[in-house]
Amino acid sequence: MTGRRLTRAARIDPAQPLSFQFDGRAFQGVAGDTLASALLAAGERVVGRSFKLHRPRGIVTAGPEEPNALVELGEGGFREPNVPATIVELAEGLVARSQNRWPSLRFDLMAIAGWFAPLLPAGFYYKTFTWPAVSWETLYEPAIRRAAGLGRVAELPDPDRYDVRHRFCDVLVIGAGAAGLAAAARSVAAGARTILLDQDFDTGGGTLLDPAWDPWRAARLAAVSDCLLARTTAIAGFDHGVVAAVERRVGGQRLHLIRTERIVLATGAVERLPAFPGNDRPGVMLAGAARSYLNRFAVAVGERVALFAGNDEAYLAAFDLVAAGVDVLAIIDPRPTAAPMAAARDAGITVFADAAVVATKGRTLGQITVRLSGGQRRDIGVDTLLVSAGYSPQVQVASQARVPLVWRPAIAGYGLAPDPRWQAAGAAAGVFGLSAAAADGDRVAGEVLASLGRASAPGALPDPAPSPAGVAIFEVTAPGKAFVDLQHDVTADDLRLAVREGYSHVEHAKRYTTHGMGTDQGKIGGLTGSAVLAAARGLDLGAVGLPRMRPYTVGTRWGALAGADVGVAFKPERRLPLHRWHQAHGAVFVKIGLWLRPLVYSATGDTSWGSVLDEARAVRQAVGVTDVSSLGKIDVQGPDAGVFLDRVYANTFSTLAVGRARYGLMLREDGFVFDDGTTSRLGPDHFVITTTTQKADEVLLHLEWHLATVWPDLRVSLASVADHWAQFALAGPRAREVLAPLVDIDLAPAAFPFMAAGAAVIAGVQGRIFRISFSGELAYEVAVPARQAEPVWQALVDGGARPYGLDALNVLRVEKGHCTGAELNGQTTAADLGLQRMLKKSGDFIGGTLSTRPALEAADRLQLVGLRPVDPDRRIRGGAQLVCPGATASIGYVTSTVMSAELGGWLALGLVAGGRARIGERIVAASPVYGEWVEVTITSPHAIDPDNTRVHA
Amino acid sequence: MLRIPCPHCGVADEAEFRYRGDASVTRPPADAGVDAFHDYVFLRDNPAGWHLEWWQHAHGCRATFQVKRHTVSHVIAWSGWPGEAPP
Ligand SMILES: [Zn+2]
Repeated sequence: MTGRRLTRAARIDPAQPLSFQFDGRAFQGVAGDTLASALLAAGERVVGRSFKLHRPRGIVTAGPEEPNALVELGEGGFREPNVPATIVELAEGLVARSQNRWPSLRFDLMAIAGWFAPLLPAGFYYKTFTWPAVSWETLYEPAIRRAAGLGRVAELPDPDRYDVRHRFCDVLVIGAGAAGLAAAARSVAAGARTILLDQDFDTGGGTLLDPAWDPWRAARLAAVSDCLLARTTAIAGFDHGVVAAVERRVGGQRLHLIRTERIVLATGAVERLPAFPGNDRPGVMLAGAARSYLNRFAVAVGERVALFAGNDEAYLAAFDLVAAGVDVLAIIDPRPTAAPMAAARDAGITVFADAAVVATKGRTLGQITVRLSGGQRRDIGVDTLLVSAGYSPQVQVASQARVPLVWRPAIAGYGLAPDPRWQAAGAAAGVFGLSAAAADGDRVAGEVLASLGRASAPGALPDPAPSPAGVAIFEVTAPGKAFVDLQHDVTADDLRLAVREGYSHVEHAKRYTTHGMGTDQGKIGGLTGSAVLAAARGLDLGAVGLPRMRPYTVGTRWGALAGADVGVAFKPERRLPLHRWHQAHGAVFVKIGLWLRPLVYSATGDTSWGSVLDEARAVRQAVGVTDVSSLGKIDVQGPDAGVFLDRVYANTFSTLAVGRARYGLMLREDGFVFDDGTTSRLGPDHFVITTTTQKADEVLLHLEWHLATVWPDLRVSLASVADHWAQFALAGPRAREVLAPLVDIDLAPAAFPFMAAGAAVIAGVQGRIFRISFSGELAYEVAVPARQAEPVWQALVDGGARPYGLDALNVLRVEKGHCTGAELNGQTTAADLGLQRMLKKSGDFIGGTLSTRPALEAADRLQLVGLRPVDPDRRIRGGAQLVCPGATASIGYVTSTVMSAELGGWLALGLVAGGRARIGERIVAASPVYGEWVEVTITSPHAIDPDNTRVHA
Repeated sequence: MLRIPCPHCGVADEAEFRYRGDASVTRPPADAGVDAFHDYVFLRDNPAGWHLEWWQHAHGCRATFQVKRHTVSHVIAWSGWPGEAPP
């Protein structure tokens, strides 16, 4: 027990105790704590085990950059793994567990992995993959999973609530520390639409650690209160000024998608971890984190403390601890001399200049070894070592958005290159110290506003103070494990091994060693690793660079990205105009694309072949009606409408008489069939196209694109009228009998023959009638405005038409040999489907040229045929492969299969190599999945009424 | 996530648009033959640089228009109607 809570003013409320559980034990923190500060206050040192070697690890940071203290939060569906304890706002009843230990944190059997460390070198995964594959599956992977898993995901639906908010602004300021507050306040004062994000639940960044800044911060916060989003982390930067941010809310999260003209990156800097032997021991902590725990949470992280740092800013932690009554025994600074050394000595701290820490000891830290200026060593008993290798500007979000990074030797870090949209301010721009950062934020805001043409006045700033100086400490070379990545147990030696084995590029070394691939993305050790690589390669650090930064900057929940688009809201659901009628009359619905369509009508929900065949027989023997409103419908008008249709269809439409319909076939430009449907001419310059339901959107896009870009000279207008018209197919020998009494036109065969089309009043509603047939029976398609559909449909039903669903429709069209998406599958040509005669012999049309390629006309292509089982009761499976008896090579496959209403038994359509020449042959429909081999006869696809007499009745 | 300037509606999110291919290729005349159509359908340059392309404002005005976009930086330098030439 070394950490403890002090009695001193801080940003917590000791009067509000909060109970929580960690690894099943009860703890108490206070309001304003993070889980990490409460654990430190309770004296917890070991909070996790490392990923590979299972070494005990403690809290090293006070922010989202934490590599070690990852916990599982919550239980059941709420369970969330890999959350840094350093960002968890403590709440009453919070339940957290440590990760990556078995059976317990204190006694981890897997720590024996540490004894085998020589067997787990860098590149272990790659090398292991080259071992026999069977060993990988049976031996290594289960063991590695057991040993090295991070947290467990919840296996229940996520009960939290998520949504997405779209936002627009002129100036987005990311980070509400000194620089961000100054920038946002100036932007707001100038009248610019401003959004200020801050990841913390206590807003103010570094100003929270110095009470002298309280009045300044309060004034700025009051000025920006309308545009501040607290608890909101910028997770990704994209092109064109789009930034994604996640706000943590009570009961869920909200994703903000922000479009902005300018971004001020005031994200601060992350303190870096120096690599020295034993730098992973619990009790080693970043200096700034210790200062944060002291000043913000009133937690002393240790009793006997030393500081190892090469920069003035880190000294503040030592000074504040001394002021709080904590023993600071030593400061070890690689610099021979530095401004704050005198003050440190005055405060009673022993300062070792030109020195370094070369070793640590203890299960948790008990002793450090210092290499003094002359080379001699001295052991010092401490429980806490504060370290600082300097500060890296936090530029991930901008770098993700492709703002180039430039190496800045003065701060030994990467900053942003000049960019018209993104500009860093304060520590994110390498301007350290609160006063300097605030001034920089104000200045940058002024520049940004000026670039938007807005005048602005400088804001009120605290007195200037000198910026702290420092040097970077990247690696102390001494024997022992010096970690550059605490989460993935990557050491400086691992990186040197990667260089020796040829993986010297920073991107290669990253993958070879897994350096920076943890959930913390190597925030505190990333540049340290690059420095080790640079030294091993004899290059300047600036020439080595950092691995490419990619979203997301912090661990992000799937739920936050999905927002509310889950479950039924995942995709829109489209309902037919008569959905409620169908529902009230026993329709069992099936989802086809986005559409809900009646599969069959059955009061008992019976979807067996019995009910389907009853409906189909009603059509064959009497009359039925089905809702085909989901078909695509495109209105084509203009003097060149006929010419346009001649070019987009493989067959001719300009010659179609007014009042007539024609079946049309569209090809893609590559010569394969695209879609089919019926097109009718309603006037000299007016056609209406129907498309298949599945291709409705694609056909419209296809036509619009060709009209806009290929034939812009054609005087044609296109409009989708798909949702405007309800359409019903009335089919069966009694169809005319049902329809004639309801309409104002003469339906006699001579007056309204097969393929006639025209306007009519149907049951009092002005609509259209098309005498077309998909079922093969005498049929009319009736189109009426969607809002007036119900009385028309009801009149047809009242007149004796039996409603039939999609399954019966499928039976009817398979019997007739008509194609749907199963046959128009993007791989079939007109010839494959027996429609080669539809192709125009002359004139330009889409696909005309490439459909003549020899391979598309080869005799052994898969051709559409009918298939009937030799034993009519044996089922043919959809998707079954077709093989010759005794052979195994596939000669085709079954595309559609039904029970036949008219013929009895099973009936199928299929595609067979050279199929048309093989009619009469017996082959086998093989379905090894079901263990079924069914003998079938190849037939014409037109199983009923091949001479097409019924449609002309 | 691109922000695309529709010449009719102004700037809107990429999600409102459909990409419709390379705007620098031209459909050959009907009698140009299989090879010409093969190249038109299948062959595309893949420049790391400026690219003229078709976009359609599918969830907006449905206009089809040209965009000059840099395939590396995603910078959009220009958008215009079919037949217009980028500056
Ligand atoms: Zn538009």
